[in-house]
Amino acid sequence: MREQMNKICEKLEQYESYLKFKAYCERILALSNNSLEKTIAIAVALCLVCAVFVSMAAVALKPMQVTNKELDMKKNILDVAGLLQADTDIEKAFAEKIESKLVDLETGDYAEGNANAYDQRKAAKDPAQSVLIPKEKDTAHIRFKAKLAKVYLVKEGGTTKSIILPINGYGLWSTLYGFLSVEADGQTVQSINFYDQAETPGLGGEVVNPNWRALWKGKKVYAETDQASSDKGQIAEADVGEPALSLIKGTVDNSKAGSQYQVDGLAGATLTSTGVTNLVRYWTSKEGFAPYLAKVRTVTGAKS
Amino acid sequence: MSEILNDETKKVLVEPLVENNPITLQVLGICSALAVTSQMSTSLIMALALTMVTACSSAAISAIRNHIPSSIRIIVQMIIIASLVIVVDQLLKAFAYEISKQLSVFVGLIITNCIVMGRAEGYAMKNPPLESFIDGIGNGLGYSLILVIVAFFREIFGSGKLLGMEVFHLSKDGGWYDPNGLMLLPPSAFFIIGLIIWAVREWKPKQREAIEFKIMSISHGEHGGHH
Repeated sequence: MREQMNKICEKLEQYESYLKFKAYCERILALSNNSLEKTIAIAVALCLVCAVFVSMAAVALKPMQVTNKELDMKKNILDVAGLLQADTDIEKAFAEKIESKLVDLETGDYAEGNANAYDQRKAAKDPAQSVLIPKEKDTAHIRFKAKLAKVYLVKEGGTTKSIILPINGYGLWSTLYGFLSVEADGQTVQSINFYDQAETPGLGGEVVNPNWRALWKGKKVYAETDQASSDKGQIAEADVGEPALSLIKGTVDNSKAGSQYQVDGLAGATLTSTGVTNLVRYWTSKEGFAPYLAKVRTVTGAKS
Repeated sequence: MSEILNDETKKVLVEPLVENNPITLQVLGICSALAVTSQMSTSLIMALALTMVTACSSAAISAIRNHIPSSIRIIVQMIIIASLVIVVDQLLKAFAYEISKQLSVFVGLIITNCIVMGRAEGYAMKNPPLESFIDGIGNGLGYSLILVIVAFFREIFGSGKLLGMEVFHLSKDGGWYDPNGLMLLPPSAFFIIGLIIWAVREWKPKQREAIEFKIMSISHGEHGGHH
């Protein structure tokens, strides 16, 4: 090692500029620590060294970080689709069963484009690809939404089994990012999953708790003409087809009418629970995926 | 080995554990001790990250200590510390993605952790690199010790678990233990650290601080206010 260093030094010494640089360094280092010249020289040198060090680490580790991020995203998608076991090969399962598609949120039609390369979170921040949500409609408090949303279709034997919708909205401390998976009827919830959130651990952070997430299975997203509940005045005629799913305080009584639209709130996390209700309702409303889900329903309805 | 561990290095390695603990005696680095200790796993990674940063930054600063201009001394230390912290953050994102997601912003906040800066300014600026490195390890371990103790109490009483494994059977899953929600919130770490400081100072009375001034009784109660 040392021999190699010496060899490199000998080679470098053939160049005049290296000798000049060496002499300059020696002169600077010999100066008093309080001199202006040395202060500036040390500051510049240190910044250069640190910048090179940090950039090298960032560039060298970037591919691994990107893989981690993609793998984590795929894991979350498989999880919300109910396809994740401890020994699942994530890449393989994802490639086999999940198809990603772009949806134009305004019309609800599939849009052209490379869905695999599309990043909805990035698009929401890009003025060219996003729209500002009017304040009175922005119940999820996200301010901007991407014009195109990236949905994932869970395929089984050629038919779509369920649809995974990306959702996000503000809780107590943080914007929660997650997926809501609904069955092909565009109405029945299969699962929900938040992959990025910073709510209070143990309280609002329980949105990631598998026991709580299991409560969402089988719940209905939109209000239906349900004789029993409309008789009791719980669902007005005008509300039919509107997002009805919400978190309530305490435990849901399954014997009561309307319980199919209710999920237990998180104990000790009223604001996170409200935030989750708001964001689920926002993304299932006309602002979000309602036009798309309506089209999905007519297609599947026509087939059956 | 015996050559490396002479009296001075042994002192700087062992003393910060109890005798001169950065948290309980110097009361530094409290902010992150409050933030990351709700779970044992995050505490351990945080402790490891801080120990590495303190040791490496102390060694680096000590290596160039004779050439650091005094007028920009603090900024020079900050640049070295910040660079190391960014590298640690990048490493966590590459090799321990789940944990780095949980620690989120707190890894970045090691930059502002007073222990790192305190060791750089208080020890590394005056001592050779190897001793400074060991001093950084020692102080990192002192910090880690308190973090682990706090995390132990917070995780076990706050969520009935330890390192994610169930210890107390929770009542919401049909068990007997009703978790204490306060333990999961940062203020509980204040109480636990306070109790630890109290216990350590009872055990080692030398650590008690002298009373700086005596509260005087008010003799002219009527004449208070502005003049």
